[in-house]
Amino acid sequence: MAFKDFIFKKSLWLFHFGGASCNNCDIEILDCLTPRYDVERFGMQLVGSIRHADVLLVNGSINKKDKVRLLEIYHQAPKPILVVAIGACGCTGGIFAEGNTFAGPVDKIIPVDVYIPGCPPKPEAIIGGIVNLINKQPA
Amino acid sequence: MLQNLFHFLIYPGLLFVTVIGGLLSWFDRKVTAMVQFRKGPPILQPFYDFLKLLLVKETILPAQGSKITFLMAPVCALCAAILSGLFILFPLLGIKAGFSGDLIVLFYLLSVPSLAYMIGGLASGNPLASVGASREMKLMISYELTFLLVIAGIILKAGMNIRLFDVLQVQNDTGAFIGSISGVLLFIASIFCLQAKLGLVPFDMAEAETEIMHGHFIEYSGLPYALIKLTKYIMLFILPAFLVAIFMGGFKWQGIHILWSVLKILVVVLLLTLIRNTNPRIKINQAMRFFFLWMNLLAIIAIVLIFFGL
Repeated sequence: MAFKDFIFKKSLWLFHFGGASCNNCDIEILDCLTPRYDVERFGMQLVGSIRHADVLLVNGSINKKDKVRLLEIYHQAPKPILVVAIGACGCTGGIFAEGNTFAGPVDKIIPVDVYIPGCPPKPEAIIGGIVNLINKQPA
Repeated sequence: MLQNLFHFLIYPGLLFVTVIGGLLSWFDRKVTAMVQFRKGPPILQPFYDFLKLLLVKETILPAQGSKITFLMAPVCALCAAILSGLFILFPLLGIKAGFSGDLIVLFYLLSVPSLAYMIGGLASGNPLASVGASREMKLMISYELTFLLVIAGIILKAGMNIRLFDVLQVQNDTGAFIGSISGVLLFIASIFCLQAKLGLVPFDMAEAETEIMHGHFIEYSGLPYALIKLTKYIMLFILPAFLVAIFMGGFKWQGIHILWSVLKILVVVLLLTLIRNTNPRIKINQAMRFFFLWMNLLAIIAIVLIFFGL
């Protein structure tokens, strides 16, 4: 089991789900893949299809329409899958928490492994969250 | 019997081509990273990716679509890749094997992985996968004729020998084919064929991840996707090895020649990687025009030059 966990943590492929976001977090996530921050040195790469993904990155406030799609994406993913909530909206709801169409922060819908707060989080903070994710012991 | 199994599974079969192919895949990604001023992945990254898909991830079968075909297509692709690897590597490593006409068999075997991807994509029942499969089909129609013309040129140049071992012998006697004008023209045409066969960037419209989300691979996960990754690593080794065999005089395993043999493979892979990193993805009609008009013209000019002995 330790070997499987080691292999899994060495090659995490990322899938990006943007809820009703203001696009700041999306841009900061893409910043992590640019030459300055380069998360490919940890073996991470962005994939286009949820069937290939190991990590589901969720950002933006989740409204009632997004909730259905987020659940569908989560059930389509091959297990084991890790979920990361990025930004104030993903972690708590942020300024949208009292809104009419708000359907709860991400951890009320699917289980979340790591939270990365900030509005938007700096790329350094996202890499810090990634290190937390890699060091986290399996449940 | 036992020796055949050893050849197929260990050397120069499955295990050998997997290890070399994985290292070449790392080389490809590292050079890409260096072109973009990044640091790049660690050296064992392709093996981590493969083992993760094989051991850790769950395999999901599509609800609509044919499950058996979906699962068998990667197996077919892998078997064809290993078989063609054997046909190429036996003469390259100096073992006298093969039969008269194995260049023609190689041409067919090398086109089986693309066909298998197409069948697997169509069996998955996903609309984006069918778009990817139909693009792959059009791409195959365009590059296969050029590849056949290249092989025809090689056969003419080697004095109507249709056996890979004899082609290597002719090059040993009279010098590598790339040393002549017609050889250079054929080499340029075949580099672009390789780019299309491997699905690298100017011709990666079949698995364009930003537009149709990996095309025909969209529904694959877990074990079948691991087999597809493995096939891609193997193809990244044996196709450059084929080019080295038919243009650059193959490998030699004494003294300083070992360094030359490794450098030949690395130079071909480096060329493919640099083309991939400096070009945008083109549309399918542009790719067809490129191969039908320009690459075929180049190959035919080369064949005419061969008749004049150039």
